[in-house]
Amino acid sequence: MTRFSSSLHLLALTGAMALAGGAQAQDKSILVQSTTSTANSGLYDYLLPEFEKASGIKVNVVAVGTGQAIKNAQNCDGDVLLVHAKAAEEKFVAEGYGVTRSDLMYNDFIIVGPQADPAGVAGMNDVKAALAKLSQSGAAFASRGDDSGTHKKEMSLWKAAGIEPSGEWYRSTGSGMGATLNAGIGMGAYVMTDRATWISFGNKGDYQIAVEGDPEMFNQYGVILVNPDKCPTVKQADGQAFIDWLLSDDGQKAIGGYQIDGQQLFFPDAE
Amino acid sequence: MQDFARAFADSFRQILALDAGFVEIVGLSLRVSLTATLLSCLIGLLLGAWLAVARFSGRQALIILVNAMMGLPPVVVGLFVYLNLSRAGPFGWLGLLYTPTAMILAQTILITPIVAALSRQVLEDLHGEYGEHFASLGLGRMGQVRAILWDGRYSLITVALAAFGRSVAEVGAVIIVGGNIEHLTRVMTTAIALETSKGNLQLAMALGMVLLVIALAVNGLVSSLRLSASRLGYA
Amino acid sequence: MRDGETKAEAGRGHLKLVGAGLPGHHALSCRNLTYRAGGRPLIDGISLDLVRGGITAVIGYNGAGKSLLLRLLHGLIRPSSGEILWHGEALSPAHRKLQAMVFQKPVLLRRNALDNVVFALASHGIHDRERAEDALFRVGLADAAGRAARLLSGGEQQRLMLAMALARAPQLLFLDEATASLDPASIQAIEEIVLDAVAAGTKVVMVTHDLGQAKRLAGEVVFIDRGRKAEAAPTDSFFNNPRSAVAQAYLEGRLPHQFQIHRSQA
Repeated sequence: MTRFSSSLHLLALTGAMALAGGAQAQDKSILVQSTTSTANSGLYDYLLPEFEKASGIKVNVVAVGTGQAIKNAQNCDGDVLLVHAKAAEEKFVAEGYGVTRSDLMYNDFIIVGPQADPAGVAGMNDVKAALAKLSQSGAAFASRGDDSGTHKKEMSLWKAAGIEPSGEWYRSTGSGMGATLNAGIGMGAYVMTDRATWISFGNKGDYQIAVEGDPEMFNQYGVILVNPDKCPTVKQADGQAFIDWLLSDDGQKAIGGYQIDGQQLFFPDAE
Repeated sequence: MQDFARAFADSFRQILALDAGFVEIVGLSLRVSLTATLLSCLIGLLLGAWLAVARFSGRQALIILVNAMMGLPPVVVGLFVYLNLSRAGPFGWLGLLYTPTAMILAQTILITPIVAALSRQVLEDLHGEYGEHFASLGLGRMGQVRAILWDGRYSLITVALAAFGRSVAEVGAVIIVGGNIEHLTRVMTTAIALETSKGNLQLAMALGMVLLVIALAVNGLVSSLRLSASRLGYA
Repeated sequence: MRDGETKAEAGRGHLKLVGAGLPGHHALSCRNLTYRAGGRPLIDGISLDLVRGGITAVIGYNGAGKSLLLRLLHGLIRPSSGEILWHGEALSPAHRKLQAMVFQKPVLLRRNALDNVVFALASHGIHDRERAEDALFRVGLADAAGRAARLLSGGEQQRLMLAMALARAPQLLFLDEATASLDPASIQAIEEIVLDAVAAGTKVVMVTHDLGQAKRLAGEVVFIDRGRKAEAAPTDSFFNNPRSAVAQAYLEGRLPHQFQIHRSQA
């Protein structure tokens, strides 16, 4: 049985290798492990052509939850990590997987809800109070529940508000930001999302921003070069070139210039 | 209902606007899934023929295993291939993760059991029908396999079609090992998943319709081939 | 083509050789041939000597083991015990290539008629299209060469099977109720082909329920009852004077003793 499956595996692999061709031929390219929120917002579509034109380096982006992005980078499956979970990022660097972490840009989290506002939280700007009111109202709340940056942030806010969210009203989708918005809107639940995803989201229904403006809901993005000492396959020079450009005046200006419907989605804050 | 229809019209206009990018996505979908179908047929038909003709202890158990593997969740296959192809995995040195090759590999593993199990059934039935005749002719095992593969060709094309259908429609495996990278590993299904997560449900739906049209075209082609073959008494 | 009368003579020609003695004269023999399935003997200690040439008919009730006996003799099934001798030698798979078999239900590949014969020849290492065409001609299917084999009529299909068998010029041809489901004209056509083959030196062993056919064609009859050889005799003496009670019952159209239907008394 084992011999069969392993020889099958090998056969498939040999065949696939014979067909490898084009994809591997790309000489100047890097792989960025990033989050769905940045990719879904359309930022990369706007940003990358500028960098590619300036540097000749092709940037490939894999968009997954922050937790998985970090795990992928730890497996050396990427050259640059661009996510938004500062504590986890610092741990990543401290454990030697990343070289250094740099603040890149920020936006903020918001809580969106149905127009009818069953929890009566619309217009609040104190997130802890809003969460407390929400949990008491019995109105549904949809959570990512996927170990992403957004989910980590949400959990830290519940903790700060002194609430252990559980019960029928608290619905963990275990999905990405977009999927959770789709699900939340489908069942009339409040959802915490980053502003960039929300602005570019196409299936808003009658949903509106209910809670925003609390400094607690600040959402910082960081960028890290995966450590070549741990991962010899990392394209150090090209990866660093990308990071340098992002942190440069040109890159920062480009980030600040990205708008949807006249709204700025990300605010550059590199030092 | 009217909204729905208008939404669709809008979406198709959006799809047409995608032009080059859209063609690229459809092209990659076909390239990946057709290659995987081809590879899975090479492996699966041999395995199926062997299981149909050979008699050895443990054969029944192997058949049950192969049949069960038809139900492999694409995500599990994707994860398995990811763990193997990851830089941290045993085949990381190949540098295949996040390439179309990795997607082909994952889909091949996903659909080979389908080809093997279904072709085993087809070929075993044929072999049951021809077996005594072959034995009377004194035909060797390889000769028998060649003959039933050829005579079963129209049924086997349907088997290949089932495998192609599964591979072109699955998203779980290719999104993990391909990463849904624009211009590199984005295919129809991962594009649909992406547009859905962006809340562009109509565009996602319209892409799904395109996928359906492609599947219909391929199936229609093969069905007409098979129909004419059966009219000629060859299927 | 010669007329039916002469051909019938060819079939009966070797009547006098039945039981002629020397093993070298026997195309095929078996000794104590036994085949068990599920502990039950389906063929039970049959010994036979089939002379070269001519036609031997194997008859008996349904389920007696006639078809099974043919398959054992052809080497398609391994006997549980006993031995089979081909010209005095133990039967081996190589010998099977000198024999051919036509089944009650035609087994035809999903190809045209000619390609079926070409395939049969190729399986014997003979790559000769003309010879295949010639075989089709001999069974009257020259015009059907390009037609899909499985769309031919039942009679044509069975003639095609004969063409596949005879193209290889077998020394021994087994026919397992080859005409069982055919119309009289098709039966006659096939009988003529078989007699042609016999005239050309092929030995034929046929299972049949058509007693007229057995009388017309066979030089000797082997009667099988419940896996045993009940009787083997020249055709004339078998039909005129059957020695076993079970063969008498069979020829009179009665069910054998143990299967007789008991009608309830009114």
